[in-house]
Amino acid sequence: MNQDPLSRQNEPPLIALCAVTKVYGAGRIAMHALRGIDLSIAKGEFTAVMGPSGSGKSTCMNILGCLDLPSSGSYRFKGVAVEKLTRDQRARLRRQYLGFVFQGFNLLNRTSALENVELPLIYRRVPARQRHQKAREALAAVGLSGWEGHTPSELSGGQQQRVAIARAMVIEPEVLLADEPTGNLDSATSIEIMELLVSLNLRQKITIVMVTHETEMASYARRIVRFRDGRVETEEHHGGRES
Amino acid sequence: MIWETLLLAFRAIRRNVLRSSLTILGIVIGVAAVITMVTLGGGATAQVKVEISSLGSNMLSVRPGQWFRGPGGIRTAADDFDIEDAKAIRREVFGLEAVAPTASKVAQAIYGNKNWSTSVIGVTNDYLKVRDLSLLTGREFTEGELRSGKTVCMIGTTVQKEIFGDQPPLGERIRLNRLSCQVIGILESKGQSSFGQDQDDLILIPLRAFQRRIQGDTDIKAIYVSALDGVSTTAVKEEIEKLMRIRRRILPGQDDDFNVFDMQEIVGAMTSTTRVLTALLGAVAAVSLLVGGIGIMNIMLVSVSERTREIGIRLAIGALEREVLLQFLIEAVVLSSFGGLFGIILGLVAAGVGARMLGVPFILNPSIITVSFLFSAAVGVVFGFFPARQAARLDPIEALRHE
Repeated sequence: MNQDPLSRQNEPPLIALCAVTKVYGAGRIAMHALRGIDLSIAKGEFTAVMGPSGSGKSTCMNILGCLDLPSSGSYRFKGVAVEKLTRDQRARLRRQYLGFVFQGFNLLNRTSALENVELPLIYRRVPARQRHQKAREALAAVGLSGWEGHTPSELSGGQQQRVAIARAMVIEPEVLLADEPTGNLDSATSIEIMELLVSLNLRQKITIVMVTHETEMASYARRIVRFRDGRVETEEHHGGRES
Repeated sequence: MIWETLLLAFRAIRRNVLRSSLTILGIVIGVAAVITMVTLGGGATAQVKVEISSLGSNMLSVRPGQWFRGPGGIRTAADDFDIEDAKAIRREVFGLEAVAPTASKVAQAIYGNKNWSTSVIGVTNDYLKVRDLSLLTGREFTEGELRSGKTVCMIGTTVQKEIFGDQPPLGERIRLNRLSCQVIGILESKGQSSFGQDQDDLILIPLRAFQRRIQGDTDIKAIYVSALDGVSTTAVKEEIEKLMRIRRRILPGQDDDFNVFDMQEIVGAMTSTTRVLTALLGAVAAVSLLVGGIGIMNIMLVSVSERTREIGIRLAIGALEREVLLQFLIEAVVLSSFGGLFGIILGLVAAGVGARMLGVPFILNPSIITVSFLFSAAVGVVFGFFPARQAARLDPIEALRHE
């Protein structure tokens, strides 16, 4: 009732990095991976992070994914200071809000596509029947109906990445973090995967942060952040392709 | 969640059947050893107990010394007892249920054209009480028969089978040497004793008849005594020894010329021997389980390092530390429990074969089976914990990078 009419605008951004640094090692051999990053990402954005190798983009992704903590500065996810959370609290945050897609797919070998997609649901204690149902739907959404029983070794690279995307999407995350999702794929397959990501972003309003070093892939995003030497070099906004 | 983790563990184990089987071999052997030894030991103990209680569990027997060192160092048999000795024991020793003076001799039993050599024992009705015998059919001796030494008899089932076959023996007369004897009762079967003796191969006749018509004198060859329940057989034994020394005029410092055997003592000696053996085997088994546990720890460490990437994926997806810990711990416990299970099966089979070979009864001991199963599971927990913690504490970023 006594709500400030401006509260909607004051709602914190989904992701807010403030003066984040990351140093590996100490003293002379200290390696400064991030030298003060300020970055905020709003809900529903599709952001591409670009930069040459060693520019700190992967480190930044690890921090965004709550897998790693900044050496200094603060990272607020939905207004919560991540650096103050315990290891288990960050794991709970990941299982609740974050979906991961990796360059190397990172599927469990010798485990069927369906079971791979079910994996995050197991940790969320979803009962078995509901789990199968949801996993099937997620596989159908990435165009893999009928491939449920196949193990990763029986699938093509593009199909494996689709399984990985289904696994990330099955928990209906707030943010999809994709680290070089097309890095191991040929260009035709890469385009398919990018189109899938774009459609997820548009239809399901999923916030996507994607690391890539290919300009062509980055052009699918509406916002491109370029890293160099642990700092944000430039930022550009555009409409994104096919949007 | 537990169910899922369990399935996961089964799958991980199935993937490396050969490795898993070799891993649990130590536990299998350890548990099998425990089960076999304890089961066989239990069977042997039970057999001894059954046999001894079939003799009468709180029974003592008093016999003259086999050899007595007489004057001049000549070895001679010690004097037999007489009926007064038995009466004195009955009168003077406290806490007795029954006192049975006996004398016996091997004799030919003849009926029709059948004859059978058996042991004929002269007894009173107390003998049945002391030796825990009961009648299948017929009756015991009457007071009159005992006093007058009438030639009536009770026969064991072996004798019945051998000389009567299918014929009803009650009331029939059999010949013992030159003595004609009427059958008045048949004893219930007691089977074989541990010493391979057929306990049903006997004929009981009144003591007085035996002394007069078969033995030819009034000697008593053995006195069987049974103590009342709750009375210490050791105390009874001591009292009998004291009494007999006086009656047989044995001077202080001289050795007894008779023996008092206490069944409880024999049981005790056998039980304690079994117990020592069981403890020794238990120690061997414990070492084997320890070795088995180290094997499991080793293989779990290998498994964790092989599956580093999988652990990384799980952690990234949001598995909690303790969920990963549980996964590997359960895997170790499932492994070791399988070891326990196979060990129990193997042990029971070995015990079954061993029991048949040694001729002891096969007695299933549920508590030792439960204990060894729980113990093998505990081995899994103890030795699986360290590798599981290694897994749970992995850094997800490092683990994902692992090839």
